Amino acid sequence: MEKLLLRNIEAPNSHTLELYRSRGGYRALGKVVRELSPEQLIGEVKASGLRGRGGAGFPTGMKWGFVPKDSPKPKYVVCNADESEPGTFKDRLLIEKDPHAIIEGTIIAAYSIGSHTAFIYIRGELVYGANVLQRAIEEAYRAGYLGKNILGSGYDLDLILHRGAGAYICGEETGLLSSLEGGRGWPKVKPPFPATHGLFGCPTVVNNVETLAALPWIIDQGPAKYAALGTEKSKGTKLFSVSGHIRRPGVYEVEMGYPFRQFLEQDCGGVPNGRKLKGVIPGGASMPVLRADEIEGVRMDYESFQAAGTMLGSGGVIVMDDTTCMVKAAWNIARFFAHESCGQCSPCREGCHWMEKIFSRIENGQGRKEDPDLVLSISGNIQGNTICPFGDAAAWPAAAFIKKYRAEFEAHIAQQRCAVLASE
Amino acid sequence: MAVEFSPEARKRFAAIVGGYPKKEAALLPVLFLAQEEFGYLSGEAIDYVAKIMGISAARVYSVVTFYTMLNMKPIGRHHIQVCRTLPCALSGAEKITAFIKAKLGIDVGQTTPDGKFTLSEVECLASCGTGPMMQVNDAYYENLTEERVVEILRVLK
Repeated sequence: MEKLLLRNIEAPNSHTLELYRSRGGYRALGKVVRELSPEQLIGEVKASGLRGRGGAGFPTGMKWGFVPKDSPKPKYVVCNADESEPGTFKDRLLIEKDPHAIIEGTIIAAYSIGSHTAFIYIRGELVYGANVLQRAIEEAYRAGYLGKNILGSGYDLDLILHRGAGAYICGEETGLLSSLEGGRGWPKVKPPFPATHGLFGCPTVVNNVETLAALPWIIDQGPAKYAALGTEKSKGTKLFSVSGHIRRPGVYEVEMGYPFRQFLEQDCGGVPNGRKLKGVIPGGASMPVLRADEIEGVRMDYESFQAAGTMLGSGGVIVMDDTTCMVKAAWNIARFFAHESCGQCSPCREGCHWMEKIFSRIENGQGRKEDPDLVLSISGNIQGNTICPFGDAAAWPAAAFIKKYRAEFEAHIAQQRCAVLASE
Repeated sequence: MAVEFSPEARKRFAAIVGGYPKKEAALLPVLFLAQEEFGYLSGEAIDYVAKIMGISAARVYSVVTFYTMLNMKPIGRHHIQVCRTLPCALSGAEKITAFIKAKLGIDVGQTTPDGKFTLSEVECLASCGTGPMMQVNDAYYENLTEERVVEILRVLK
């Protein structure tokens, strides 16, 4: 398969403007600012079928189209580079290896809504990536791709790199905007949506790194070529980050609809050390786990993962072999969400800690008979009852681990110890 | 002595604030600057940032306490942060943490008596394919083994 998103990353000095331009970089931007009106550009992106790669999968062109054209307020575009979903490290690869693709995509997005100030919000821990991006932004200014009168078109755009300071919730778009406004990363109730009431109350588009990095190729090669890839509803290619018990971990670019079992066993080399697959989380720690027997026939696209009872999410594939204690895995994820809950909504603030406590006591031999059902009840009471999707993201995996590996939880409770680790 | 930016830091402060469409948006980079200047964000440092940003100290405090990278207490010269989230845990992060604890003679959350190392466990650092891993100050160290940890700790001054 031809690589779109990873087309440059293996080249020496892939992070430089020189290399990026030698491979056709910024050609799409030239076409956009000279030949396309914002409406035509939005039309092209809609025609490509590109959907948001941050996790929700919302059509990108449609998201841009919601921004009011006649607003007297300034408009903003924010590139969401706050990659923090456990199991996900694809954006980091693009940031470090192909920063100009992200910058070009951000400029294209800003042009589509008539924005003159854009931001890249990068998670604070990625200091190396922030330095790479900052240098690339400076190169882009010097070359006339940013600043006043971009490529002689009369279009102006400033791009500001902003570092987060350590908070998973800032990857949620309204939490990100609260953080960028200089506050705690507390999500906001939607509606109103950022498209009309975003940064400082102004129309704002927030797009993920991978979404923006796909734009130069789409514009340069044409939306039809992109839409020809993938399935009917999931177009193009997607990056998957693969980690855990797998022979060849890493970032893979996959055409949407690729068979999941083949991907794990052939592309990634399967589970090492003669062990068997026990479970796999396909879309980052927020998404329900699949048992080994559930991956048969599943394809790597939004619809197929959904039909299997989980979601594509961020494409963070976490593989667990048969030595894995699923109680401990569930506890680890619950602890993550308990640590990261922003504390704004009580079902999430309290519920995440309750779930963590219960998983911890089951793993440590103090589980009670009613505990599995208690977790299911807490999970059910969080879902749909919070301002942002974090609540669901914490509740879904907890419930899935119990439903799919219930016998293991019950064995822990009956024997008052961790049966899986004890057998090793 | 009252907490105050050096003339050099004052210049950087002006440049940071000037780069944003609204001053309040510059709070995080200004707090990073203050942390770099003062080592950590004490009550006095928070009051000072509130004053130069023109916002309440309560607002600054609410932000400082929200983010894991902003420290309200002094930390060691090298802040060792081992990722503990699931992919790293599957790759053996617990053993790495236990090894560092034994090697430095401190628990998670503690600093060595000479002020050289602080050990923390942190959540996912987007390095899941190369676990176990840790961040020491700004740098990532991936694919850790006990031998590599020994070497890394030896080199850090």
